[in-house]
Amino acid sequence: MSVRIYVPGDAAAVAVGADEVAGALALEAARLGLNIHIVRNGSRGLFSLEPLVEVETEQGRIGYGPVSPSDVPALVAAGLFQGGEHALRVGRPEELPFFKRQTRLTFARCGITDPQSLEDYRAHGGGRGLERALQIGPAAIIEEVTKSGLRGRGGAGFPTGIKWKTVADASADRKYVVCNADEGDSGTFADRMVMEGDPFMLIEGMTIAGIAVGATKGFIYIRSEYPLAVAAMERAIATARAAGLLGVNVSGSSHAFDLEVRVGAGAYVCGEETALLDSIEGKRGTVRAKPPLPAHKGLFGRPTVINNVLSFAAAPFILAEGAQVYQDYGMGRSRGTMPLQLAGDIRNGGLFEAPFGLTLGEIVEDIGGGTQSGRPIRAVQVGGPLGAYFPRALFDTPFDYEAFAARDGLIGHGGIVVFNDTVDMRRQARFALEFCAIESCGKCTPCRVGAVRGVETVDRLSAGRDPDKQMEILRDLCETMKFGSLCALGGFTPYPVMSAMTHFPEDFAVEPQLAPAE
Amino acid sequence: MPSYEPFTPERAVEIIAAHADQEGPLLPVLHGLQHAFGHIPPEAVRLVAGALNLSRAEVHGTMTFYHDFRTEPGGRRVLKLCRAEACQARGGDAIVAEAEKKLGVSMGGTTKDGAVTLEPTFCLGLCASGPSAQLDDRQYGRLDSERLDDLIAEARS
Repeated sequence: MSVRIYVPGDAAAVAVGADEVAGALALEAARLGLNIHIVRNGSRGLFSLEPLVEVETEQGRIGYGPVSPSDVPALVAAGLFQGGEHALRVGRPEELPFFKRQTRLTFARCGITDPQSLEDYRAHGGGRGLERALQIGPAAIIEEVTKSGLRGRGGAGFPTGIKWKTVADASADRKYVVCNADEGDSGTFADRMVMEGDPFMLIEGMTIAGIAVGATKGFIYIRSEYPLAVAAMERAIATARAAGLLGVNVSGSSHAFDLEVRVGAGAYVCGEETALLDSIEGKRGTVRAKPPLPAHKGLFGRPTVINNVLSFAAAPFILAEGAQVYQDYGMGRSRGTMPLQLAGDIRNGGLFEAPFGLTLGEIVEDIGGGTQSGRPIRAVQVGGPLGAYFPRALFDTPFDYEAFAARDGLIGHGGIVVFNDTVDMRRQARFALEFCAIESCGKCTPCRVGAVRGVETVDRLSAGRDPDKQMEILRDLCETMKFGSLCALGGFTPYPVMSAMTHFPEDFAVEPQLAPAE
Repeated sequence: MPSYEPFTPERAVEIIAAHADQEGPLLPVLHGLQHAFGHIPPEAVRLVAGALNLSRAEVHGTMTFYHDFRTEPGGRRVLKLCRAEACQARGGDAIVAEAEKKLGVSMGGTTKDGAVTLEPTFCLGLCASGPSAQLDDRQYGRLDSERLDDLIAEARS
């Protein structure tokens, strides 16, 4: 009998030695003449445990982590293949509080199944959403997605059902479905984990969208910083095509739908939907003015549904279980679950899926366990490089689109980056502006020029050259960028800058220096 | 360790032809050229423009917009260090400073022996395991001084 061993193939596990651990395990097994089968699963999402090796036993899956290649001989000697005792043994992973407290709708299979096995996918509930979608037809699919209350998980929070309906109602010779997998926000990795850990779910979600709106072709635009996700998606698409899930007759129906992976080239702004469309078309990733909306004139001028990975990934669950089940989770107008991504200086970093409504304090202190360094938390940036820095005083803010907006912040794509008390907030404000200057597409003057001037202003402030005046200039510049930019890059860069100035004024209090003679 | 092919027009034409039928072929073509030759020389730009019925200015404009494409050859290996917020929060700035010192180049530079080009990257999606790095196609997390030394040795090998 062969023993089934799980060693994640997720990038966050591979980056800390998972491939070498898998190799060492195979070597030990061969040395002992043991027959083992190593599955490269996705990550369960607790990064501090990676590489998390699991072995299937009669008591369920038993985990060991974090395992380094040099630990393997001792682990095997301690009886790892039978679930034996060892200092790295964590027991059944699902019993760990970090996993037990989650509500995994989108990430139900991630870390559990073999991501490249269609049989495994189906055995764990995959494919039922598409099955039902084919039964009920386009209008009912859109109704179901609308009723679920699903809002775009990329950051803007636009109701997904309404977007799909707009494309369905548009008439054209061709329509497209585009998946935004250009997950450039620092502190986010949920899209990557879906693609590496459960790629068939994304394929299913996009296929459902294609059927709903009458599109026959879909593109998945993945950033080049995610080579493993690119490989995983390409392999899964080939498998789905061979199984008849993609192609001229999707699952034997009259609907045609196929997918193609496109790889970005290191431009953050291509995560903005219209820049992304231009990039697929082979142009500079420049932001387009709206209207026309992509839903009317999108990719190659055709009506296009463009959604984030997590939005498409939610669709199979919604179709399979019904809108009401999804809608029952959450708070206010934020329905369903959000895969939170805990990052930076945090003890329990990783992916935590939960219904909307947890407070920021619960998330970073209770679930995240505070900082990994042991130092006090000083600031938390929520929503990526364009998100606001929150001080401890605002830890009672519930995770909800509207609640964050009310406090001059945003939840964005769900990235939460924790900083300890050594952080210099003036430096963070400068970085936000510097990043904007590097990544600006150049279309809007407030963003292109404003970001550069912003960096210079912070530098003058740091040099003590008339600090009060520099602060005033910075505020004024932020206002101009906020209201004078087409997209979120220029428009939201003021969030980290202004929040740093408002909540951490002590870091901006610079002693005036006498100006040198000019 | 990756080695790039020397540029030949024949090989470039072959790469361009492999992607020419895709919808919006320019980015796949540029990726293909960069992957094969390690950079995209002006001669290749001329060939791409001709094959895809674009002006050289259009190809140049697109190519230079994206950080991934280089017009000149870099070092034999490219070491990218993450400079984004989540890595900053985990001591990424110190790792960057240390790498610059150890390699004797600043960000964007190539070592004198042409072995390593040091570049910034903004997020590899390993944000709870930083500071993170990428050496050619492989990614590394939880960098500290010791792991950085290993990585630099690997890059120089």
